Order: sequence, then structure tokens, then C-alpha cells
Amino acid sequence: MPALASLRHRLATPAAGGLPPAHTNVAEPAEEVGLLRGLASRITTPLLPDDYLHLLNPLWSARELRGKVVEVRPETETAATLVIKPGWGWTGRYQAGQYVGIGVQVEGRWHWRSYSLTSVPEHGDGTISITVKAMPEGFLSKHLISGLAPGTVVRLAAPQGDFVLPDPPPEKVLFLTAGSGLTPVIGMLRMLHRRDSVPDVVLVHSARNASDALFRQELKQLVAAHDGLTVHEQLTDEMGLLTVERLVDVVPDWTERETWACGPPAMLDDAEKLWRTNHLTGRLHVERFSLQLDGAGGEGGTVTFGAGGKTAEVDGATTLLEAGEAAGVQLPFGCRMGICQSCVVPLLAGSVRDLRNGTVHQEGDRIQTCISAAAGDCVLGV
Amino acid sequence: MAVSDIHAFAHLTEEQIEELGRELDQVRRDVEADRGERDAAYIRRAIALQRGLAAGGRITLFASAFPPAWVAGTTMLGLAKIIENMELGHNVIHGQWDWMNDPEIHSSTWEWDTACPSEQWKHSHNYVHHKYTNVVGKDNDVGYGILRITRDQKWHPINLGQPVYNALLATFFQWGVAMHDLEIEKIRKGTKDRRTTLRQLKQIGRKVARQVGKDYVLFPLLTGPQFLSTLTANATANLIRNLWSYTVIFCGHFPDGAEKFTEEHLEDETQAEWYLRQMLGSANFKAGKLMAFMSGNLCYQIEHHCFPDLPSNRYAEIAERLQEICARYEIPYTTGSLAAQYLKTLRTIWKLSLPDRFLRATSDAAPETASERGGTVQQLRLVS
Repeated sequence: MPALASLRHRLATPAAGGLPPAHTNVAEPAEEVGLLRGLASRITTPLLPDDYLHLLNPLWSARELRGKVVEVRPETETAATLVIKPGWGWTGRYQAGQYVGIGVQVEGRWHWRSYSLTSVPEHGDGTISITVKAMPEGFLSKHLISGLAPGTVVRLAAPQGDFVLPDPPPEKVLFLTAGSGLTPVIGMLRMLHRRDSVPDVVLVHSARNASDALFRQELKQLVAAHDGLTVHEQLTDEMGLLTVERLVDVVPDWTERETWACGPPAMLDDAEKLWRTNHLTGRLHVERFSLQLDGAGGEGGTVTFGAGGKTAEVDGATTLLEAGEAAGVQLPFGCRMGICQSCVVPLLAGSVRDLRNGTVHQEGDRIQTCISAAAGDCVLGV
Repeated sequence: MAVSDIHAFAHLTEEQIEELGRELDQVRRDVEADRGERDAAYIRRAIALQRGLAAGGRITLFASAFPPAWVAGTTMLGLAKIIENMELGHNVIHGQWDWMNDPEIHSSTWEWDTACPSEQWKHSHNYVHHKYTNVVGKDNDVGYGILRITRDQKWHPINLGQPVYNALLATFFQWGVAMHDLEIEKIRKGTKDRRTTLRQLKQIGRKVARQVGKDYVLFPLLTGPQFLSTLTANATANLIRNLWSYTVIFCGHFPDGAEKFTEEHLEDETQAEWYLRQMLGSANFKAGKLMAFMSGNLCYQIEHHCFPDLPSNRYAEIAERLQEICARYEIPYTTGSLAAQYLKTLRTIWKLSLPDRFLRATSDAAPETASERGGTVQQLRLVS
């Protein structure tokens, strides 16, 4: 499963989906704790006390949020739930439907992705869970499912996302999901179930077949437990795709329902169109799994300097530094030959190519603008 | 005069130098493709060792009034400071570990345990020194603005005091490094923007306050009645670190055989010519594994200058390939024992405190400076 995040949200927060800058992850500690930390950091300067403590216990650091994998529970043949115990600095404050950034070290290198939280906030033993579905091309999702032993330490980024239910929830709700798009919604259903306040909810969920469908047993139990909950399961291998035109057959009163939709881009595009033509745009909440940028991995593209900043069309041979300067953007620079690291900026979205060796860097990396060129559209944090 | 025509000096054609450049590019790509878990494990171990030593030293010094504890604590703290500055700070700030994508071991976030703010170091060292290495008038590391280390620098009566300045710089090395990016020479000439200077001074001030506060106020106070013995221990640890890092760094570009270059050479310099300048302008010293580690692998100065952002634990294997390449192209690969390299450095510093008329060699064929007018590298090698 690729990153879960809405484009809007991701660009508004520099840390989202990317490599969180040091120290920004630190939760606001209580005043006394803050004072103690401040004093302790005077004697550990230029490091933080956390830099020593996490060597004793990997979870004893709030400089970078960390978590320990306590369980990897298979859900289907290609999906698993990761239960993670967060370390210091984790506030435990999140809402069902939000996503969390998770960093995993593979072959010495940290890779970051975002996944929807499937655990219920403020409930249980303080662990969190995410459910990951292996993607055919997704080496990291495969690694998360089969390569992570319990005890592995991962990095976490603070939960975020506005794909959440209001409190109290609307009286009539429609959840429209497909594949792993069910993950944020199962979090919401679990929360409603725990609170025992399930309103009139219809879940329309598409999966390829029964063995590929997530949380099947649990959904049956939830339906049995709550009169308000109806689930329509569309197994597309045998039943075909449920197009939005046929939605009215399944949910005749869909226009009366406030809707949360999560699934493949084509499904969400169709849904947005249908809601728009019915003048119901404000009643549809959409969560997109990944930022679809044009020409990823190609040569050249549109470079955006800072979220909402200036843009430039560049070819695959022009460095991002040259492109920025030509567009009148003030970028940090130094040697202009890739050796001094003065020009390093975070890559917020898209991909760029290191012109020295052809390495393609992905969103979440920090890159040197003086030796990198656009490999498709990209957004730089400047 | 220093080297202006690197082709003539190295006795290589343009095509040969470009071919040399391609070979070095290949070395870089091979190492980059091979970086992985064992390198990550190496730097994590180095960090754990360094922090362990630092914590151990600080804790031991809570008994600093007891002489054996003073010695043990000071030694551990001194070692920790050396490792932090050399193998960790210097190399992490170079971006050698940026490939790990770890925000805690990254050039953009690392602040090191010395008075110099890492942001200013990145400018004066990573950029100015590594791009313009040994170019007289461009690289401020050629004598650090207070020493005459090549006959290309004009003699001034003030140079008579060089042996003393050198000893002072060695003793207070971290303070010299902290002032380095201010470029006092430029301030004196009035060619530097005052606001930039002020901003830099403020940044240095903040860093110095924290560093001094930790070593000379807070830790001594924490040890109560042992205030003075802890203070002397911390000062000694800083001194050990100063002397060692000074020695290693002075042996990088000042021993005989590390050539200097004129600004003329910089015009239209290609990447391959830049590589060649790094190879001709840097000097190694021979070190076993332990000394290599304690020097932050700067005993491989030539390798470091060709590939400043490749992980330091790979310099030993890169050195084998570079020596083979140097032999094939008949380019000198300057190295020697640490003692020999330092004594050559010292000889130059003392000698050049005198004006040229008291010296025998010319600036085209002196041990510390040669040029294409004094002979090619092949000829120089035959006579030396």
C-alpha cells in the first residue's frame, strides 16, 4: 500500500510523508519535564539527553519518535497488521482515520511511508497498529509484512490527516472503500464500536475476492452487534466492478449520507465527479493513497519550490539549483559540484535524479540541488 | 610560483587526465553501489562507543580529586572528544552518512562538540577548502591566515613569530577553527559585509557559551568540592583533542609533496583536473586501524579529498585502488609516517618564518612548493 495522504495536507506540512527535521517531532512535554530536559541538555550539549538514552533503550528518545514492533499479525495472504509500541514523545493523541509516518531501515537506509492507523485512540495498552497490504511493486510494503521481526525498532512521524469523523458523527454515514482503502475506515468503525454509538452506517467495500478481503470476520461481527451498520461487499472477481452509477442500486439514499471514500485514484475521481454533479461536494471526504505526480522516474518535469511556491519547467539535465535561480528563487548553495552539502533541501514530493550516478531519490529524502535534476514533477522544501 | 599548469606539472595530456577522472568516477560509483547495512552498523557502533566514552569519562570525573580517576576520566573524555570531532562530526557534516536518510546522523542536523558552529564549518571547510583546495589566495586553509607555509605567500616581518603562532594554534586549535569562517583577513581589509560578520559572531557566541558552560562551569559545579580538579580534567581533555586534531589536520596539506596552486589554474578546471589537484595537493600518513579510526580516517587525506562525501570506513579500500591508479599514471602518492609528515610540516613553518633571501630553494622547486617551472613530478621524484 502506498502512502496514505491527501495532497492538500501533505503540502501544507513540510514534515508530512517526508523525513521529519530533527527536533520538530518532539511533543510538548509537561512544564517540569521540559525544564528538566532543558537543564539536562545544557550538560549534554551539543547533543540532547535523548541521544545518550536511546542507546540504553531505543524507545527512550523524543528527538525522533521511535516505536518497537511488538507483533506482526497476518490478515490475508498479502496483508498484515503491525502492532507498534511507541516510545517517548508519543502523545497518544490521534483520531481514527488519521495516518502515521513510519520509517524502516533496510540495508542501512531509512525509508519512509505513511499508513492509516487501524487502532482505536485512547484505548488499550498504548500500542498503535497499522495494516499494510503488499503491493506488487512495493518493496517496502513487502518488507513490512514479511521482513519485520517483533522487536524491530522503527521511526514514527506524528499522526496527521483530516480524513476523520466529526464528534458526534453524522446520523447517516456512507463509507465507500476498495482494497486497502478500508484501513482508515476500519479504524473509524472500531472506534464507533468501542463507544457503542454506531449511527446509521453503510459500508460499501470492494475487494478482489474473499481471500483478498481485509477484516472480513470482524465486519461480520460488527454487523451482528450493531443494528445501524450495513455492509455491502463487492467481490469484483465474480461480481465485477461497482461503478458509481450503480451505487444508487446498492445505497438508494446515498445523497442523504455524509460520505468518506478511500481507494484507488480512478474510483475516487469517479466519486468526486458524481458528488459534484449532484452538488454534494461538501458532503464527500476523500483520502488519496498517494500523490500522483506526472512522469515519476522520467526526465525533467515541473519543479515547485516550496509548498505553493514558484514553479519551473525543467529538462532532465538542468540542476534544480540552476532551475531555481533562473526562476528567481533564493536557494542555499555552496560548491556547486556536490561535495559540500550546503544546498541540501528536503524533497517533499516526486522524485529527482543524482546526475553523477543516476540514483533516483524519492519523496522523504534530503537532496543536493546542485547535482540533482527533476525526474518527473517534484516539490522541494525551501 | 605554485602550480599553474597542472598538465605540464603532472606530465599528462588532457585525454589522460580525463581518463583518470573517469576512473575516479568509477571508484565513487562502485563504493556508492555497495553502501549498506555493514556501513550503517559501523557508524552506529562508532557513535555508541563515543557516547559511552563520553558518559564514562564524565561519570568517572565525579571522583576527579582522586588522581587515578582524574587520569582515567580525562583520558576517556579526551578520546571521546577526538572521536566526536574526527570520525563523527567532521565526516557526518561532510554528508558521508546522508545516504542512510537518518535525520539523527545527517549533515543538515549534526552539531559537533567544538566551539565552531557546524553551519560555518560547512562553508569554510566543505565548500571553500574542499573546492579550492591549496589554491593560494582562495583556500583559507593555506596557512589559516596566520602562517606562511609556501613561498607563494609574501613574507612580512610578522612571520618571524611563526613558530610561536604555530604552537599557540596547536594548543587553542578549536578556537582557531571557530574563528576560521569569519575570514579575519577580509574583515581587516574591509571587504566583508558587516552584517554577515555580526550574524556569524552571534552564532559563535551562542555556541561558545554552551560549550564553555558545559566544560568549565556546569560539570565542575556538579562535582561539588572537586570543582577545580574536574575543571582541569575537562581543560586537559580539550587540550588533548586540540593537539591531536591539529596534528592530523596539519599533516593533510602541509608536508612536502602536497603541492599548492595558483588561481590561474582554476580557470575552466574540469572535474578530472579537480581530482588531480586533490591528489597532488593532499598528503596521507601511514596508520594502523586504531590510528586511522582516531584520525577520523584522515590518514587517508588523499582519498578523503577525492571523495569527501563517501563513508570514511571505505577510505582504506579506496586507498588501494588510488595507489594503483597513481602508479599507472605516474602521479606521486604522498605519504609517510605521522612523525615524518609532521616534522616536514614543522620544518616548513619554521623555515618560512624567514624571508626568501635567507632560503636556498626557489618557489618553483622548494620541498614544500614546486611548480611546472621547477620540473615535472617525474623529475621531482628522481631528485628527491
